[in-house]
Amino acid sequence: MGKYILKRLGMAIVTLWAIITITFILMHSVPGNPFANENKNIPDVVYQNLMRKYGLDKPYSEQYVIYLKNIGRGNFGESMKSNAETVNEMIARGFPVSARLGAQALLIALIFGPALGAIAALHQNKASDYIAMIVSIIGVSVPSFVMGSFLIQFVARKIGWIPIGGWGEFRHTLLPSFALALMPLAQMSRLMRSSMLEVMGQDYIKTAQSKGISKMTVIMKHGVRNAILPIVSILGTTVSNLLVGSFVIEKIFGIPGLGMFFTTSVYNRDYTLIMGVTVFYSIVLILSFLFVDIGYMLVDPKIRLTEEGH
Amino acid sequence: MEKTDLIYSEEMFKKAPQKLRDAETIRRPSIKYWPDVWRRLKQDKLAMVGLGLLIIMGIMSIVGPHISGFKYYEQDYSNINVKPNREYWFGTDELGRDLFARAWLGTRYSLIIGILAALIDLGIGVIYGGIAGMGSQRVDAIMMRIAEIIYSIPYMLVVILLTVVFSTAGSGTSMFVLILAMTITDWVPMANLVRGQVLQLRESEYSLAAESLGATNSWILRKHIIPNTMGPILVNVTLTIPRAIFAEATLGFLSLGLQAPKPSLGTLANDGIAGMPVGNFYQILVPSILISLIMFSFNVLGDGLRDAMDPRLRK
Repeated sequence: MGKYILKRLGMAIVTLWAIITITFILMHSVPGNPFANENKNIPDVVYQNLMRKYGLDKPYSEQYVIYLKNIGRGNFGESMKSNAETVNEMIARGFPVSARLGAQALLIALIFGPALGAIAALHQNKASDYIAMIVSIIGVSVPSFVMGSFLIQFVARKIGWIPIGGWGEFRHTLLPSFALALMPLAQMSRLMRSSMLEVMGQDYIKTAQSKGISKMTVIMKHGVRNAILPIVSILGTTVSNLLVGSFVIEKIFGIPGLGMFFTTSVYNRDYTLIMGVTVFYSIVLILSFLFVDIGYMLVDPKIRLTEEGH
Repeated sequence: MEKTDLIYSEEMFKKAPQKLRDAETIRRPSIKYWPDVWRRLKQDKLAMVGLGLLIIMGIMSIVGPHISGFKYYEQDYSNINVKPNREYWFGTDELGRDLFARAWLGTRYSLIIGILAALIDLGIGVIYGGIAGMGSQRVDAIMMRIAEIIYSIPYMLVVILLTVVFSTAGSGTSMFVLILAMTITDWVPMANLVRGQVLQLRESEYSLAAESLGATNSWILRKHIIPNTMGPILVNVTLTIPRAIFAEATLGFLSLGLQAPKPSLGTLANDGIAGMPVGNFYQILVPSILISLIMFSFNVLGDGLRDAMDPRLRK
């Protein structure tokens, strides 16, 4: 088991290195340079100083080593467009907001998605099954930006105390969390439904039933407990989807999160900020994939056994 | 013991009557794989709705931009933000452009991007997965490890990075770059699928037979394995298309979509959201409905195909 975790950790580090390198190469293959384009009238001396400040006058190989070293120390450098904040400060300001939004959405999805799927599976081809199906079809087909704008139009405009946008109090988080949660909720409900159907057809369920255990105990202890495993396995992907979703949702609702900084930095061509946020997001994602894999191993006896058998 | 020669003569044999021979024939017409899949797909109402919608949207994406009588780029400043009416069926945008023509042209570009991206994924995935599956264990292990690393790079981050690098600020992205960005990591699931199928099917009797007759690996792959794995591949393609369309729409919404004045559904939605605070809700409604319908259709069709091809569900 320790060997498996070590192997996954090694993979995670290689992946992270690959991402940092690719990001570096991409950002340095952009034609022109960030100061040449827009400041045609800056004096030569200032231009030279700017280049020196950001280390752009050094050869690429040296820049790359410096960049790697800085990231190793957790330093993402300074923003090229904002004089007030470093990239680290921006991440420190934006990430808690995004993380809260994402965590709330994940919580909504985790509470309602599997429950909906399980209920649908237990009442196959009845009304609740069709409701679950409609929810999951809507969740999979309606992009989050559509959902967000519809919620603003039909909920926020009608109910006074729910704000159209902004950030600060709990009521600000309601609509964005819901809009963000819908797609993972739908995916989880679909997955839970099919996995629950499969589990409930197994022999051990019949054994448990014939032992005279109450229906609820059979469903919870034998059914849901086994059917929930696939949900655990997609949690990594869910986090990744929530992250992309947050770019869009933060834009619609005007939430000052990291996604908003990222999209503005993309628009402004703030290369250090783009690089910093990309690498930071990658670290978050790789870590969450790692935790999900290890967690999955801990809950699924099958994987644990085969890995130990090797 | 005397050795007798056995003599066979015509009279000792009799032609079996037709009745006996009939016992051996298969009475029902044999149903080939694809007609059978189609027969079962037809029974899936939701999948057929999806297929029908896709055909309608496909046709409209070809003829739609031409039938309203307005060009998609024509700006008419005397008719800006007109609500849908008899002249402008879907209304006009803030530059007075006809949204009907723009919406269907956007559908066309979104569909083209989705389908091309899925086909490229298919090509790369089949070649890569085929080589990994047919190669030695070491080749397989190395290739799959590389694929694993590529795939664990977050999809949208790469797409956004590439569009940033290869497009000029604020003016959108060329279709080539969009498709490149979408396929650069997304071929991995297809490669995984093909590799898994290859590993399974190369052990089958017909592969063994071909091999013992001297067929090369690439021949077996092309003539025996790939044709037999078309089913899962097709399902995968049907589910890749909406993913690419969704990614393009998201990019469009983040102002990284297709270069103006060419519309895509994502850029139309992005333009539309600007009209929302001033009450022009229809401007976002039209692209939203179209995107959702496309996503819905491909998803239910893909699910239906998967069910229709699953031999365990065969009745």
